[in-house]
Amino acid sequence: MIGTVAHSGSLVLVAAVFLASAVEMVEALTIVLAVGVTRGWRSAIEGVAVALVALAALVIVVGPPLIRAVPLSTLRLVVGGLLLIFGLQWLRKAILRASGLKAKHDEDAIFAEQVAELSAAPPSSGRDATGFVVAFKGVFLEGLEVVVIVLTLGTTSHDLGLAAVAAGCAVVVVTVIGLILARQLSSVPENAMKMAVGLMLVSFGTFWSGEGIGVHWPGSDLAIPVLVACYAAVAWLLSTVLRGSPVSRARPVTQLGDVPRG
Amino acid sequence: MAVGFGRFWWEFLIGDTPELFVGVVAVLGLVGALCLDHALRTAAAVILPLLVGSLLAVSTWRAKRKGAAPSN
Repeated sequence: MIGTVAHSGSLVLVAAVFLASAVEMVEALTIVLAVGVTRGWRSAIEGVAVALVALAALVIVVGPPLIRAVPLSTLRLVVGGLLLIFGLQWLRKAILRASGLKAKHDEDAIFAEQVAELSAAPPSSGRDATGFVVAFKGVFLEGLEVVVIVLTLGTTSHDLGLAAVAAGCAVVVVTVIGLILARQLSSVPENAMKMAVGLMLVSFGTFWSGEGIGVHWPGSDLAIPVLVACYAAVAWLLSTVLRGSPVSRARPVTQLGDVPRG
Repeated sequence: MAVGFGRFWWEFLIGDTPELFVGVVAVLGLVGALCLDHALRTAAAVILPLLVGSLLAVSTWRAKRKGAAPSN
């Protein structure tokens, strides 16, 4: 029984980190492909490599001291609160996109925009600083959100290594698929992935923050899949209701509450 | 550097949905207060997800109304 509970918790942890990392890496890959095509692959790959090393260093430097220094109940409350806020933002955005109230993320359009901008920049002799900086920033900024997710989920479940491995696998899988699909990243079902990640982050956030403030969860970790199912029902209900609303029918695609990321 | 770090966290936590930040803090404060009474700790396992679900509904509804406003 204990083994099953731990197993289900780890599965949800891996799925949440993997999907979150995959979504962010799709967005980063769009930028990297644009850099590679316009400015050359050397500067793009160098930018990616430096960004990945910086992100991994962040996890190594911040993660273990967090686990050692902060009491578990405090860590769970703070991290659970962060996950709740972050997860609700993702879920809200995915619901608005699914119901047609917000424009879907168009990787093809972003790719075309990046290519146009990078082509306009003057070519540099030797190492291409523009390509390096754009690739580095793209991967580092998108990766920062992944680092926060890895740190929060990994530290609260005391499985930082597993969370980091799941994120690393996502980077590899998205890179391979991205190279195969080349410039057809719009075929990746990004909104569905974002919805799944939002559901898991909100569920983990509810569970850990609840643990931090003293909630007694019946079934312990088994409450997490139950929370995922309950929030999925709420998300489906909201998407359905909003899809049928007068605003959604009249204006299928608007730019509601856009933020710079994802 | 510090400004960039602050901007990241502002965007990360608040962005264009301040109601989610304020709502989560309020919900956790409320349920935390309930949990001071040990008898209510199991009931809190139902109340917390209900409040979080309601917060999500309010925020998406707010976005819909914002989209319906003539200024947008």
